[in-house]
Amino acid sequence: MASVKGIRDKVAIIGMGCTKFGEHWDKSKNDLIFEATKEALEDAKMETKDIEAAWAGTWVSGFDGRCLADPLKLQYIPVTRVENACASGSDAFRNACYAVASGAYDVCLAVGFEKLKDSGYSGLPDQQSLPSNRYPDRTAPGMFALMATTYFSKYKLSPEEGKRMIGMVSVKSHHNGTLNPKAHLRREVTIEQVMNAPIVAWPLGLFDCCGVSDGSAAAIVVPADKAKNYRPDPVYVKALQISVCPSEGELRADYDFTQVKATTRAGEMAYAEAGVKNPRKEISMAELHDCFSITEAVTCEDLQFSPRGKVKDDIESGFFDLTGGLPVQPDGGLKSFGHPIGASGVRMLYEMYLQLQGRADKRQLKNPKLGLTHNLGGIPVSNTVSVLIIGL
Amino acid sequence: MAGISSYGAYIPLHRLSRPDIQKAWASMIPIPGEKAVAGYDEDSITMAVAAGRDCLTGIDPRKVDRLYFASTTSPYREKQAASVVAGALALGKDTLTMDFSGSLRAATNALRAALDAVEAGAAKGVMVTCADTRLGAPNGDKEMAFGDGAAALLISKTDAAVDIVGSHSVYQEFHDVWRSDRDTFVRSWEERFIREAGYMRLVPAAVGAALKKSKLAPGDIAKAAIYAPDPRLLGMAAGKMGFDPMAQLQDPMYMSVGNTGSALALMMLVAALEDAAPGQNLLCVSYGDGCDVLVLKTNDRVEKIKDRRAIKRHLASKKMMPGYLKYVQWRGLMETEPPPRPPINHISVPALWRDMDWGLALHGVKCKKCGTPQYPPQRVCVMCQAQDNFEPYNFTDKKAKVSSFSHDNLAASIDPPTTIAAVDFDGGGRIIFNMVDRDPQDVKTGMPVEVSFRQVHFFEGIHNYWWKCTPIRC
Repeated sequence: MASVKGIRDKVAIIGMGCTKFGEHWDKSKNDLIFEATKEALEDAKMETKDIEAAWAGTWVSGFDGRCLADPLKLQYIPVTRVENACASGSDAFRNACYAVASGAYDVCLAVGFEKLKDSGYSGLPDQQSLPSNRYPDRTAPGMFALMATTYFSKYKLSPEEGKRMIGMVSVKSHHNGTLNPKAHLRREVTIEQVMNAPIVAWPLGLFDCCGVSDGSAAAIVVPADKAKNYRPDPVYVKALQISVCPSEGELRADYDFTQVKATTRAGEMAYAEAGVKNPRKEISMAELHDCFSITEAVTCEDLQFSPRGKVKDDIESGFFDLTGGLPVQPDGGLKSFGHPIGASGVRMLYEMYLQLQGRADKRQLKNPKLGLTHNLGGIPVSNTVSVLIIGL
Repeated sequence: MAGISSYGAYIPLHRLSRPDIQKAWASMIPIPGEKAVAGYDEDSITMAVAAGRDCLTGIDPRKVDRLYFASTTSPYREKQAASVVAGALALGKDTLTMDFSGSLRAATNALRAALDAVEAGAAKGVMVTCADTRLGAPNGDKEMAFGDGAAALLISKTDAAVDIVGSHSVYQEFHDVWRSDRDTFVRSWEERFIREAGYMRLVPAAVGAALKKSKLAPGDIAKAAIYAPDPRLLGMAAGKMGFDPMAQLQDPMYMSVGNTGSALALMMLVAALEDAAPGQNLLCVSYGDGCDVLVLKTNDRVEKIKDRRAIKRHLASKKMMPGYLKYVQWRGLMETEPPPRPPINHISVPALWRDMDWGLALHGVKCKKCGTPQYPPQRVCVMCQAQDNFEPYNFTDKKAKVSSFSHDNLAASIDPPTTIAAVDFDGGGRIIFNMVDRDPQDVKTGMPVEVSFRQVHFFEGIHNYWWKCTPIRC
């Protein structure tokens, strides 16, 4: 890396917005984009005309700059659509930050959005990555189930112990969602309900999988040295890292499904960029990509929150609970929000932002300093990962 | 002298009991036994490939310069099936590929043509493959009787284990059993007509003529592999032909497989060869719009053809289907509720063509720098990042085991759950496959598996073939 300090403290967030996530039969993607951006502009005390350049993060709900320009009536400014699987929203934000840090622009907008519920399908479409269609039928839960099976076996957890471990992850996230009016699912679940739920792809049951939903979130960024012109409590960008794996796990027999190297690498690079030496102690809170409960558990190890093979101890002791030492998914996570793909990364930043400003209401943590967001697009054998850190 | 130098066969794993069919239709007439049913992802091409791989066990595919495919149920009306089979068997690009179709004699026609070509010196190794998945109309006698299966023979002069001694053929133009280009189901005329004007009139006469030409008496025949739509008819004909049904007739497998159409005579011949001793006279007889008779004699080499799954091992390896409706579903005989999953919306023909070597033959590459096998072929090595430094690598002959798996209930499947298996090969390399022909509760990490050629998608008239894995079949 050219400079280990990278983006740290060069960019600040001065406004954010987020729609309620859910099955918005009555809202189009344009409605969602408009509502998230409206809240962000009001939060920043700005108007649309103040935005100098914009980035859209979406997986399949928009294709070129018009996807933002049309609904927001952006007037002939540069608009770019960014796609990086589940890291699309985070990557749109990253691009907006680099634009500001370069000195090219003073005010940039990043909007993550996804409208999935018009499709009528269960789950996400399979990624048809080969035009000759010579690939196995598999879904995301099917592929992450391999991670769970092998993790249980490698670390000698019985099926019951393993299912309990990942089940507790979902119980915790569901509880946090009850405290969040913007979450889609707002109900407590018991560990028994989670463990006995219908199986989607063994050992992953219904409550081990995040749902499909619609939503949008937006962020407005400015140069750090101008942030206090806009508000007294800006939030600063500390690290923006993406790590993309060359799909080794598809082809190499030495990938054992129990860790995701791209997460580890993105985490290492983010910690170096943000100046974090002991993640477990210095990261105050995290929004991780809990597409599946097992993913969150393994990610905690990949990001060095827990020692390799030992995340079960931290889950059971409540270390990741809202009242624990390193709260994970304080807003309820993908578990409570569902996963409108392009929106999720920005929704994660939204929670970290509110927490750092003391505006997280019933979920408010005590004096958080650094918030980490993590997205994992793809499957264990082939993925693109983002790790972002924002703080005071 | 041209003869058979190797053989192979294939019977699908799945069997449907005839009492289950009877029960479904509340039919009064009890018919015993079971029929072999090709899986929802199998067809005549995939079964021919399986039989061909069995036949080529321990044999260099470069010994084959022609590939014949015989079937009355080719997946295509216009597009060669033999080219798909040849691609999957990794035969050379200048292999002469031919389809034989249209009659129950298609496979013996192909066998005759192969013997003639090799005898004349026009070809040195002809692989004859045959397979059928004929359909009888629901609630009918043919639905009860038909079964699915395949056979393969390698015809050559060198290493021939079974020599051609003589032959005789007659043709008869009539409609006893047939299917027009507009029909899904096989049609037939009155059973008495089929028996008396067809089978009983033609077969014994043709066999008699063949024996006479070869200067043999019925008693000289060790085993006669004679096509028959049912065992009763065969028994009646045996008397007329002068054969002892118990000692000399090869089992037509009606009770265990069913009538496999154009593949049956060759499947029966393969079964006979599995038990044959050197110096035995054999007959191979097909019937359909006429009659082909081949008179064969085994030599010392017949006992050297070992390690074939052929008929015996495939017969013994079976799984009963849960009931008649599963057969109806697999054969697409009834429209059913589609799953709430996105449909396939595209197959690219240029991509199929471009990917042919790795898609059909399961050939990957091996990095010359670090020795890592990888699939599909890469330009940049996944292990050492060396560029364009590879040699071809065959995955089909390597042992493999499951390093991780899952049963996916969300993936749309005719037969859920969809089993996903990360398969690691001896010598290196990993491919992620779907696993079929398995009981989900028996799937374990570390279990050995083998690859199997299957039809993976059908879209806008294109049958898309690739590979899956199965537990070691037999």
